[in-house]
Amino acid sequence: MKQFWKSMLKSPSGVIGLIILLLAISVAVFGPMLFPNSPWRMVQRPFLPPFTLSTVPLGTDALGRDVFAGMIFGARVSLLVGLVSTLVALIVGVPIGAMAGYFGGKVDDALMRFTEFFQTIPSFALAIVLVAILQPSIYSIVASIAVVSWPPVARLVRGEVLSLRTREYVQAAVVTGQSNGWIILREILPNALSSVIVLASLMVATAILLESSLSFLGLGDPNLISWGYMVGAGRTVIRQAWWITVFPGIAILISVLGLNLIGEGLNDALNPRLSREGR
Amino acid sequence: MPKRVLLGLLLACGLAAPALAQEPKTGGTINAVIQPEPPGLMLALVQNGPTQMVSGNIFEGLLRYSPKLEPQPELAESWSISEDAKTYTFKLRKGVTWHDGKPFTAADVLFSIEMLKKTHARARTNLAQVDKIEAPDDYTVVFTLKQPFGPFLGIFEVGSMPMVPKHLYEGTDWKTNPYNNAPVGTGPFMFKEWQKGSFIRLVKNPNYYEKGKPYIDEIYWQIIPDAAARSVAYETGKVDVLPGGSVENFDVPRLSKLKDTCVTGAGWEFFSPLAWLWLNNRQGPLADKRVRQAIMYAIDRDFAKDVIWNGLGKVATGPSASTIKYYTDDVKKYPFDPAKAKALLKEAGYKGEKIRLLPLAYGETWQRWGEAVKQNLQDVGMNIETIATDVAGGNQKIADWDYDIAFTYLYQYGDPALGVGRNYISSNIAKGQMFNNVEGYTNPEIDKLFADGAVATPDSKRKEIYEKAQKILVEDVPVAWMLELQFPTITRCKVKNLITTAIGVNDGFKDAWLDK
Repeated sequence: MKQFWKSMLKSPSGVIGLIILLLAISVAVFGPMLFPNSPWRMVQRPFLPPFTLSTVPLGTDALGRDVFAGMIFGARVSLLVGLVSTLVALIVGVPIGAMAGYFGGKVDDALMRFTEFFQTIPSFALAIVLVAILQPSIYSIVASIAVVSWPPVARLVRGEVLSLRTREYVQAAVVTGQSNGWIILREILPNALSSVIVLASLMVATAILLESSLSFLGLGDPNLISWGYMVGAGRTVIRQAWWITVFPGIAILISVLGLNLIGEGLNDALNPRLSREGR
Repeated sequence: MPKRVLLGLLLACGLAAPALAQEPKTGGTINAVIQPEPPGLMLALVQNGPTQMVSGNIFEGLLRYSPKLEPQPELAESWSISEDAKTYTFKLRKGVTWHDGKPFTAADVLFSIEMLKKTHARARTNLAQVDKIEAPDDYTVVFTLKQPFGPFLGIFEVGSMPMVPKHLYEGTDWKTNPYNNAPVGTGPFMFKEWQKGSFIRLVKNPNYYEKGKPYIDEIYWQIIPDAAARSVAYETGKVDVLPGGSVENFDVPRLSKLKDTCVTGAGWEFFSPLAWLWLNNRQGPLADKRVRQAIMYAIDRDFAKDVIWNGLGKVATGPSASTIKYYTDDVKKYPFDPAKAKALLKEAGYKGEKIRLLPLAYGETWQRWGEAVKQNLQDVGMNIETIATDVAGGNQKIADWDYDIAFTYLYQYGDPALGVGRNYISSNIAKGQMFNNVEGYTNPEIDKLFADGAVATPDSKRKEIYEKAQKILVEDVPVAWMLELQFPTITRCKVKNLITTAIGVNDGFKDAWLDK
């Protein structure tokens, strides 16, 4: 573990990514305490440019709502959707991939055809259709993002398991008569974890982008403010008020960038051999 | 402040025109936007908004209506009403010809009405009180009613009752008649060509019965599907006329500030779109009158008008728009008063039950309005949950009474008997249908007032009845009236006299001229 942190902190991208993520998480957790008012509240005159009033530092939107407050509350929704939907995707994808890889044969065929079925549909289109059918709400958004993001997890885990199950220690476990479930959980998955973690960090970033895109198209939860919603709502007035779209846009950019940097750092730290070979 | 500039422009245009009192000039081409592309131009078969806007200049009705909704001669040059208010005699204008040169006579009127009864739902309803229609000679038409019907003179507008050429339609299959694609009317403009997805071209009718009119040589209705592109088309000079609703509201102040641009909210008096919130009177907290009144006090309607509608429109006072006959503002007033709303909610024993709000999925303006209203209601302690839906889904939910609060706007057609009563009388409660009494309000007194009002004579009696009905409704708040909407028409100032009637652009090109 110590080794992990050491190499993680050695990679500059990992450090920057971590800082950004911590910042975003603390904004999401503590920000709303600093802004007790709902971000939907109309606090000032509409279209107030940024940096004119200290109470609304980033200006107001078309209804006079505080853009800064919206960004703070939006962080909560974006991160929550990103993390939860990734978690759900992992819960679905890891067991399917592990079973396919471990049992092989017909089980593998069946599970992989099932996975491919999802992979053949363009993921964003599928997400839009799902949200539209289920009615836009935070639950349907998380569910649809999870549905479109688990297939890569399953494929990755399958590949890892496929190679790990031929190792001696796994065969030793088989010989000692341990159950399949036990072997997968205790012997194989821990060794496949590093690639899954790297993938997951990138999936959170993708999920944030997906949620933003859905909200941008007006398919967000109408009761929750999110960055994508702010960009979408501000898009139509961009010629009169650039700040409504630009600031949340920057927030999306930075947080997605941060997560990607973390992914890179994790990759370096968890696969030291790979990164050393690279240098 | 964009608002002030807009107001200034409105004033400037309004005042400047009569002050100059120029002689109309002849000639020129006008490019106007039509949005969306109409499904067809045969007004007797298709009555979508864009169809009415284009074809109202090709076809004509018996009457035209001033902005105050007074009937004016069009194809009928005069009319008289019998003592018992049951017989209406119209004298038709002589020397009127169809665009193909055939004369227009009373036979065309009789045929048009027979056809419209089968093809035009609103015309059928409007004509329900008619017992028989006769044509004693070629230029006289006599309507005999079953009983006096006060709003009768209000049903002859071109979109409600367009005149159709008998010689081209009689004995044919109306739906497949080739003239549907090249409509023939009596109007000031003739259909010339329609390039689907691009433009519709109308040209001057050289044999128009009003000598000298129309002044314009041709009209191009440009079809531009994207709202932003429509704004740009105006800015770059590709089009000169943006009819109401063709650009998004937030673009209006910016476009109004452009050089040589005139904006007006006039020309919608006949339709008088009134926006309100359906309140489901049947169930939950909203079944309590005090909660419904609290909603009226809680919503900042001036904010909606100034911010969301860019200052255009008017805060509604009750079920009738102020342009509708027998309107009165001598009713209970609901100013923005959150404290009073809270007090009423407390009195009614509201304890934070969840209330579902359905915004109208008609674009940005309506989405923003939904958010503002939600915030207003939350501020007084109501627990509001917005339900996201598309237009069809929303209509379905409302028609099935599966909602608590829902946005809508409806046309009022000039008379309480034609456009107002339908939303409040209990005989109009029918599950599965839209735009009737979907709020489920029942009040025998209101039923009786609207029933009496439609057939009462004389006018003063109707006035009395409808004023009473308005007072009762405003006290009961069956729905929460928001704004009398105005859809601003944006034009280059050189386009003169475009909007002179209660239906504005729909029949406005007859009098319009270009100042070069």
